[in-house]
Amino acid sequence: MNHEISAVIAIWKREIIRFFRAKSRVIGTLGFPFFFLAVLGTGLNSVMDIPGTNYLDFMTPGILAMVLMFGSVFSGVIVIMDRQFGFLKETLVAPVNRASIVIGKSLGGATTAMFQGVLMLAVASLLGANISLESMPVLLVLMMLVSSAFVSLGTAIASLMEDMHGFQLVMNFLVMPMFFLSGALFPLEHAPEILRLVSYADPLTYAVEAFRFTISGSSQLPIAASLGVICAFLGASTFAAAYTFSRIEE
Amino acid sequence: MKIIETSELVKDYNGLKAVDHVSVDVSGGEIFGLLGPNGAGKTTLLSMLVTMRRPTSGSASVNGFDISSEPGKVRKSIGVVFQDPSLDEELTAYENLELHAAMYGEKEDLNKRIGEVVSLVGLEDRLHGIVKTFSGGMRRRLEIARGLLHRPAVLFLDEPTLGLDPQTRAAIWEYIRKLKKEYGMTIVMTTHYMEEADHICDRVAIIDHGKIIALDTPVKLKDSLGGDTITVETPKAKQLAAELEKEGVAECSRHDGKVTFCVKAGEKRIPEVVGLAKDKHIGVISVVLHKPTLDDVFLHYTGKTIREENGTARDSIRMRRRAMHR
Ligand SMILES: Nc1ncnc2c1ncn2[C@@H]1O[C@H](COP(=O)(O)OP(=O)(O)OP(=O)(O)O)[C@@H](O)[C@H]1O
Ligand SMILES: [Mg+2]
Repeated sequence: MNHEISAVIAIWKREIIRFFRAKSRVIGTLGFPFFFLAVLGTGLNSVMDIPGTNYLDFMTPGILAMVLMFGSVFSGVIVIMDRQFGFLKETLVAPVNRASIVIGKSLGGATTAMFQGVLMLAVASLLGANISLESMPVLLVLMMLVSSAFVSLGTAIASLMEDMHGFQLVMNFLVMPMFFLSGALFPLEHAPEILRLVSYADPLTYAVEAFRFTISGSSQLPIAASLGVICAFLGASTFAAAYTFSRIEE
Repeated sequence: MKIIETSELVKDYNGLKAVDHVSVDVSGGEIFGLLGPNGAGKTTLLSMLVTMRRPTSGSASVNGFDISSEPGKVRKSIGVVFQDPSLDEELTAYENLELHAAMYGEKEDLNKRIGEVVSLVGLEDRLHGIVKTFSGGMRRRLEIARGLLHRPAVLFLDEPTLGLDPQTRAAIWEYIRKLKKEYGMTIVMTTHYMEEADHICDRVAIIDHGKIIALDTPVKLKDSLGGDTITVETPKAKQLAAELEKEGVAECSRHDGKVTFCVKAGEKRIPEVVGLAKDKHIGVISVVLHKPTLDDVFLHYTGKTIREENGTARDSIRMRRRAMHR
C-alpha cells in the first residue's frame, strides 16, 4: 500500500478516535439539533403552513444540513488546537504530502459529521418525521460530499487563523448566516426577493435542497443544479484547504 | 563523513538576523551540541535544518540531501524532538507512535519496533495510557521514542531536558549516549545548560546573536582559556606569591588575603603549593581549585555569563505551558 494512502488512513483514524474519546462532544453536538427539532419542529407545526407537507418534515433536511455543516466546519478547529498544543509541528515535518493530511482530515471530519447526521435523522424520525429507508443510500453519499466540503472549508479557515478567537468569530459571522440564509427553516419561495438572491450564494442552500429532494422527492431547485453546486463547492474548498494548509510555516 | 553541512545559512526576521551566516559541519555518529542563551537562534537554526522554516539565504544539506530542494528526503532521514510539546494528548502513547509510523511509511514489524523504542525510554507499562495523563518527563521520553521510531540517520533534539528534574535529565542523557553507542546515530541537540553540553556532547558550538562564536570539544574549549586557577587564602599573601613566583607559578590576581594562580592541571599542583607554604612557614587557611567550565568559556567569548542571559522567567513560562498541557 502506498505510504501517502496509509497516512490518509492514519489521519482519518486519528480524527475519529479523538471525536469518540470526547464523550461530551458527542452528546453536545446532538443537543442543539434536538432542540430545533423538538421545539421548533413540533411547536411551529401548526403555525407554519407549508403546502404539501408539515413543518417537521420540511425542516428535517434543513436541520440535517445544519448538523453536518456545524460538525464539519468545527472539525477544522482541530488544526488550531494542533497548532496550540504543538502536534501540528509533528505533521509538518513528516515526509508526507500536505494534501494527504488535508484529505485524511476531510474524510475523518466527514465521517464524524455523518455519524452526527445519522443520529439526528434517527431523532427526527422518532419525533415523527417521514424518512424512508430507501432514500438512505443516496442520502449517505450526499451527506459525505457535503460534510467533506465543509470540513475543508473549516480547515482552510483554521489554517489562516492564529488562535481560537478568530475561529470563533468566523463561526459567528460566516457559519450562522449561512445556516439562516439556507432555507433550512423557511421556504425560500415565499421569502423576499433580496433574501432569495443572497441565499443562492450560500452553498448550504444547495445541500438543503438536495437533502430535501432525496428525503421527500421534491425540491424547489432541480436536483442536478444542487448536485452540481455541491460538487463544485467540494472541489473549491478542498483546493483552498490544501493550499492554505500547505502554506502554514509553523 | 559529513552528515550535515551548512554554508552561510541566514534567517532574517524583518531585519533581525536570528541566524547569521552560519557554516558548520557535523560528522556522522557524533553528538553535536548547540549551546547558547535564550534567543541565540538555536531553534531557528534547527528548524531550518529540519525543513520547517526556509532559510533567507545560504544552503545546507542533511544526510546528503539539500534542505531546500529535497525536503522530503531530508524529512525521511531525520527524527525531531521539538522544544515545545508536540504530542497528540488525546491519543495514547501507542496511538501517537502508530500515527507517526504511518506518516513515515513504516509498517514492517511495527509492534516490535514500538516495543523497542518504548523500552529504550522506559515507557513499556504506559504504552496504552492517554498522553494527557503523562508527566512532563514521560512526555519528553515519548517524544524521543517517537523521533527514533523510523530509525533516522540524524536525531535533532531541541532542549531535550528543559524543565525536567535532575533524575529524568540524567536518564535522558543516558538514552542519548545509548543511541550514539548502539545505533551509531548522529545527534544534534540544543541546550542552554552548560553541564548538559559538557557531559554528553562530542563537540559544542557556542552560539550567540545568531553567530557561532566558538566550536570545539568541550575539553578543548575549556583548555583554550589557559587552564585552572588555584586560590589560596593566607595572611601572608604577598610573601606566598613571591615564593611561588620563584618556582615559576605566575600570580593572576591578589586581594585581601587571597592570591590566585593560573596553572595547568590544578589538582596536581595543590600539594606543591601547600608544601611550599609549609616549608616557608606561611600559614594557609584555605585552598580553592577552580576548573574552567563552559560558563567561563561563554564568558570569555561573549563577555557575559550564560546565566545572566537566561531569565528564569522564560523557563518558568515554558514549564507552565508544559504543565498546562497536562
Ligand atoms: N517566528 C518568528 N518571528 C520573528 N522573530 C522570531 C521568530 N522566531 C524566533 N524569532 C526571534 O529570533 C531569535 C532567535 O530565536 P530562537 O527561538 O531561535 O532562539 P533560541 O536560541 O532557540 O532560544 P531559546 O533558548 O529561548 O529557545 C529571537 O530573537 C526570537 O525573538
Ligand atoms: Mg529554542
